[in-house]
Parts: sequence; structure tokens; C-alpha cells
Amino acid sequence: MRDGRKTLGLHLGLLALLFALQFVLPAYHHGNLARIMVLAAYAVGYNILFGYTGLLSLGHALFFAAGMYGMGLLVNQTGAAPLAALMAGVIAGALVAAALGVLALRTEGVAFMIVTLMFAQAGYLTVLYFGAYTRGDEGFVIQQAQRVMAGIDLSDPSNRYFAGLLVFGLAMLINLWLVRTRFGRVLIAIRENEERARMLGYDVFVHKLGAVVLSGTISAMAGASYGLLFGYVGASFASVQYSIFPLLWVLLGGAGTVIGPFLGTLFMFYLIDLSSGLTTAYMLIAGVALVLLTLFAPQGLAGELRNRVWRWLP
Amino acid sequence: MEIGPYLMLASLEGAVTAAVLALTAVGLSLVFGVMRVVNVAHGEFFMLGAVLAWWVTGLIGGHPALGFAMALVLVPVLVAGIAVAADMTILKRIAYDPERTIVATIGILYIIQQVTLMTYGPEARPVTPPFNTRLALPWVEFADGAPRLYWPWGLSTTSYKLGVIAAAGGVLVGVWALMARTRIGLLMRATQLDRDMALAFGIPVERVYALVFGIGAGLAALAAVLIVPIQQAHYLMGGDPLLLSFIVVIIGGLGSLPGTVLAAVLIGLSDGIISVFFSPTLAKILATLLVALVLVFRPQGLFGARPR
Amino acid sequence: MTLLSTQGLSRNFDGLRAVHDVDFDLPEGQVRALIGPNGAGKTTFVSMLCGRILPSSGRVMFGGKDISHLPAHRRINLGMAYTFQITSVFANLSVFENVALAARRRVAGAEVAPVVNAVLGRVGLHERPDQNAGDLSYGHQRLLEIAMGLAQAPRLLILDEPTQGLTDQEIADFKALIGDLKATTTILLIEHNMSVVMEVADIVTVLNFGEVLAEGPPEAVHANPAVQAAYLGTG
Repeated sequence: MRDGRKTLGLHLGLLALLFALQFVLPAYHHGNLARIMVLAAYAVGYNILFGYTGLLSLGHALFFAAGMYGMGLLVNQTGAAPLAALMAGVIAGALVAAALGVLALRTEGVAFMIVTLMFAQAGYLTVLYFGAYTRGDEGFVIQQAQRVMAGIDLSDPSNRYFAGLLVFGLAMLINLWLVRTRFGRVLIAIRENEERARMLGYDVFVHKLGAVVLSGTISAMAGASYGLLFGYVGASFASVQYSIFPLLWVLLGGAGTVIGPFLGTLFMFYLIDLSSGLTTAYMLIAGVALVLLTLFAPQGLAGELRNRVWRWLP
Repeated sequence: MEIGPYLMLASLEGAVTAAVLALTAVGLSLVFGVMRVVNVAHGEFFMLGAVLAWWVTGLIGGHPALGFAMALVLVPVLVAGIAVAADMTILKRIAYDPERTIVATIGILYIIQQVTLMTYGPEARPVTPPFNTRLALPWVEFADGAPRLYWPWGLSTTSYKLGVIAAAGGVLVGVWALMARTRIGLLMRATQLDRDMALAFGIPVERVYALVFGIGAGLAALAAVLIVPIQQAHYLMGGDPLLLSFIVVIIGGLGSLPGTVLAAVLIGLSDGIISVFFSPTLAKILATLLVALVLVFRPQGLFGARPR
Repeated sequence: MTLLSTQGLSRNFDGLRAVHDVDFDLPEGQVRALIGPNGAGKTTFVSMLCGRILPSSGRVMFGGKDISHLPAHRRINLGMAYTFQITSVFANLSVFENVALAARRRVAGAEVAPVVNAVLGRVGLHERPDQNAGDLSYGHQRLLEIAMGLAQAPRLLILDEPTQGLTDQEIADFKALIGDLKATTTILLIEHNMSVVMEVADIVTVLNFGEVLAEGPPEAVHANPAVQAAYLGTG
């Protein structure tokens, strides 16, 4: 039980720290952190499938984009209210995740990775194909007037920061709650030894499907929020790169830990941010990081922390 | 142009695509078959082949054929060397674990692509073909109740394109001979059948793996050298060959070489013909969905035998 | 009352008859031992009972219900528990969590911990609940397997070579444990250790080349010349 309190203390402490930081950070880093928090929520969603259930998806951009376009197209084409559009984006993500899960979960291992990659690629190409609505690679802007939710202007930096914190906090608390539930523990059991979990009487398919839907829904929430907060919806968010990013963030931060996705997103964001000042080939950093992590630190930052210092880290 | 000559032209273009695709996909299939890993960086070895071909032909003056011949010999060896180095420094260390290999090869993909961007730059650059005679093609029409040949305007190909088809065919026969008729091919097939048994019999499995990874990348590079006089070299050109090779390998049955070649011919030809009727984006959407659904519902591939 | 029965249960692997036409009846409350030479089809047979392997033909009935077409997890939920021949615990999870995963099939919330602690006490693992299961000795992992079976409080407990790798003392404890369980649970165990079979089994079924060779009380089966021949390989 003492571990439970430490856990809660650490994660609520992180949220409090993030809340406090907005008053001291210079504008540039303030803006960066708002982005990082929303992207970290995406990483948290990815981690539920990859880190906790042991399913490596290469197609999460499909869910991120489902949320983003679900929200963006509704606002842009019909002038829907932001809150309703946000909800629609999240629901779109959940539906896409359920459909993909039912199909892709018939496969395992490498085939699962390729199937998710292919479905996401089909999704990306679909965005390009309907360029009349999505404006393809170029994307479209969500006007400031359409980003006012319940009287709060989300294009204002401090409102935006607070909204980002809200999205990230929600994702992280869902994750913390998940690892305490029976459902979450069965997911971990499936990751560790699928056949044994089945022979304890757990319906492995249903649990995996639940994980895909939850993971996809959180990813879609992040995607929809990102579009709304930063006012831009574009096809690059549906591309393979945005499926690789959450994998990279989670690997770096530590798969199967609650705090890992945030750490990984934070470090990688700044690594890429710094290197893009030096060269246009900033994705080189991502490539080198992927190789080094696979070779030397498959547990990531928080995983190493758990092995060496904090055994109780969830 | 009438539809008949138009389809013939599309088939010819498709045959060139099929020839290059078969080489690239056989490389991917060989790696998957023997090593049981998916090499996501395969498309970048293709791209590297094209870019290095531009570099080698640029170094050597004189008749374009001279530089091109040098590229044809040197570039696949260079790229194979890079692949062997990547295999020995990275893949060997993670013991060819299937999932970690995919993540590592994604990393290799970005490293190769971005280093190319930093050195070669973002431009698309052409390579002069070694020979390039325009060949007009005849078509049959019925005039006054009797068939006669005529030469419709625009119905033509080049000697180089026919050369590509012939060269690819020759290399494929070579790969088959290597696998079926040589000692090294025997070692590869033994490793493919049962890795542990091969180890027990004293086959140097790790060296076989490095060699196979090198040959796979070399084939992709060779395909790129062949295509680069038709399609310019660019640092992002690896994406399409990767996707198409995936499609071919999966539809042909993972790890089956005859199935891979058959699928490459089918897809290459239909790619040319389908693009007559559909937009290329729609064709790609349908192709990726097809791959995903084949993997879901018929994982042994459309032509593959049922798994043992 | 018959808890479990099979009719004409068969399984071929590429023409090899692993199990052939087995009719089998297990009454409620019995301890049944399944013995036979290596390769006789014992593990294949119990794997078909709990749904890990699908039969080529034949039926499996459990509690009066035809379960031949149910997936493994549904069969387990009807009250079967299966412990693996090759130890298959959750190596990276704690001993406690291993058993808790089994216990949560039937209890929830605050009730889980007492059940887990009681079960760990019964198999003698109560002193190391926080240890990673993968760090346990082989014998202790076997005991953990049994504990996971017990935690499900099954109607039928299937144990595949539970005493393999246990010390003499642990085997003696195991015999006592089966003696305790008899009152509440029907037990089917695959066993090589004849002293365990002779002491705990009510009835013994002998499989040879995938077919039932003999069935009866331990003493009678032990004295059966055909069984002796099968084991000595002279038949």
C-alpha cells in the first residue's frame, strides 16, 4: 500500500510540476511543453497496447488521424462546435480502432505489425485521395473563431497550455487506473504469457480488442486535441512517421510504465527540436535513437529506473 | 490512340516495373525466408543503389555505357557491404529477434535516408542510359477485311527498357542457380529449414545470415541501378519499392521465391494496366488493403502452400 | 455422477495417431491417474480435454454438456483448471500476482488477497509472495503451477506431471495435499512417479500408442501383464 501512495505521489507530483511550470517558462518552451503534453497523451495511448499488452502496432497514426480529421472535418465543413467535434473525433477513433482490432488481431507478431502498417498506410492514402475535403498534404487551418470552447479561446497560449495539461493528465490517470483494474492486470498477463492467461480462463481476444480500442481512443483524443489546440490538420499526421513517433517515444521513455511516455516524448521532442536547428535531416536523430535503444536499452529510461532504483514504478 | 495499342504500351511499361520489382522483392523474400526477419530498410538499400549509381557514373567520364557498366558491378557490392556491416553490428546483437529487428531496421531506414539527404541532397538527378534507341511498335488493324500492320503514333519503347527486362530475367535465373546449384545455396536452404539443426551440423549460421542480408540488399541495389536511367535518383524514392515488395512477397507467400517472382510479374503488369483505369492513389489504397487482408485471412499468401 | 467423459476421441498429426478412439469416463470426486510410456499420447489427450488442441474426431462432455466445440477459456470457465507439464508461470510477475490472476476468475476486490495467501500457504510458498516467479527454483515453480490451479477452486483439476522435479519432501507434501483436495475436487493427473500413483489414485488409466490399454484400481493395473509389457517395451 505504501507503494500505492508513492505511485500516486509521483504522478500527481508530475502534474503539479507541469501546472506550476507554465508560470515560469519562457514563451518558446511554454509553447513546446503544451505540444509535448498532447503528444505524450498520444504516447500514453500507444503504450497501453505496446507496453502493457505486448502488441507492437506500426499503424497508430491511423487513430491519431481519425481523431484529428474526425474533429477537423466536422469543424471545417459543417462549422460544428469545437466540443461536439472533439467528441466526434474521439468516437471516430474508437470505431476505427474496433474495426482494425477485429481484423488485425487475427494475426500475431510480425504479421500484426505489417497489417497495422498497411491499414494505416491505406488511411493516409485515403486522406490524400479525398483531397477536395482534406486538402491533402497541404492540410487546412482551423480558424481562431472556431477554436473557442465554452467561451474559452483555445488559441490563447495559457488556455492552450492548460488544455494540453488536461488532456495529458486525463490520459495518465486512465493509465494509472487501468493498471489497478483486473482488466489491466490481465493485459499484463497476456503480454507475459498469452497461453497461460488463456488457460486461466481469460478470453484473450476480447481483452486484446479492449486494449486496441482503449489505446486507439486515447490516441484519437490526442489527435483531435492537437488539431484543435494548434489549429492545423494535415496529412503528415496520418503518415508512417506519426506511427513510428509514439513507438520511439515509448521505447525511449520506457514501455509498460506510466511515466515513460512523457519522459520519452519530452526528450525526443527537444532532441529533434535542437537538431532541426542544425540540419534538415533531423529524422536522423530518430533513426539513431531507435537503433541505440533496441541495442542497448530496450527497457527505456523509466524501465532502467525501475530496474535500478524504484522497483514499485507502475 | 485506340484501347488496344494503349494496353500494349501499358503492358510493356508494366513489364519493366515487374522486372525491377521482381529483383527487389526476391531480395526481401530471401531475407525473410532464410533469416525469418522483415527488413523495413529494404527500400533504402534500393534508394542507395540509385544514388550510388549516379555517383559512380559521375566519377567515370567517357561513354555513358562505361560508367553504367561500372555502376552495375560496383554499386550492388557496395550496398551489400553496407548491409553486411549493418547486420553484423546491429541485427546480430539483437539475435534476430523478429520484433526488435523491425524496430532496428526502421532506425536503419531513417539513418540511410537522412544521411543521403545530408550528403546527396534533396534533388532528383538523372543517369544517362548506356544505350537508348527508340523502337516503334506495330499494331494490327483491319482494313478492307484484311489484317495489316501499321505503326501508331506514340506506340514505342526503347532498347534500354527491353534491356532492363532481359537483365532482370538473367539475374533471377542466376539467383535460382545460386540457391539450387551451389554449396552456398545449400547452406542457405539448410539454415532456412531448421536453424538449430544447421548450427548442430556446424553451418556458420551467422555468416550465412550476414551473406543473405547482403545479397538481399544487393539485389535491391541492382534493381535500382537498372531503373535509375528511366526514373531519377532521389533520397525519398525507397518508399514505393518497399511497399510494392511487401505486397509482392506477401501475396506470393512469405519466403517462397517462385511465388514472389510470379506475384511480381502479376503486380507489375496489373500496376501498369490498372493505372489506365484508376487514379494511382486509389490503386495504392486498394493494393495496401489487399496486402493487409491477405495477411489477415490467408497468411500463407495467395500462391503459397499451407504452412507445415 | 460422471463429471467428464470422452467418446471416440482421436487426434492425428500428419498421419501419426497420437490419440485414437479413446472412451473415457471420470466420475465426480475421483482421483484418476493417467499413465503410460513416453509418447503414449497423455498430454495430447488432456490438451484435447481443456481445448488447447482440437480433436480430429470424437466428443468431450463435461458436467453433462458437450464442450467439444468450446474454446479453451470457456472450458476453463466451466470449472476446469489445467497446470502445464512444462512450467509456464508468469516469470516477470510476482508469486502473489501469479496466483491472484488465477483467483480473480472467481473473486474480486478485497477478497483476492485472503484467497491467494491461503493457497500459497497450502503449497508452502507463503514466505515468498513478492519474489518474481521466474526467480523461483524449478520445484517451487511446479508448486506455483499447482497453486494457480487451486486458486481457481475448479471442479476438475488437471495436473500434467506435477511432481516432476520436486524433492522427496515436496512429493510427500504433494501427496498430502491431494488427500486434502479429494473431498472437494475431482482430479486427473498425468504422473510418472509410481509411488505417487499407487498412493493417491483411486483408479488408473493406462494409455499406450494413443489407446486405452488398461483401467482399474492401482494394484490391479500394477499387476497387469500387458501394462508391464508396455512399460518394459516387450509387448
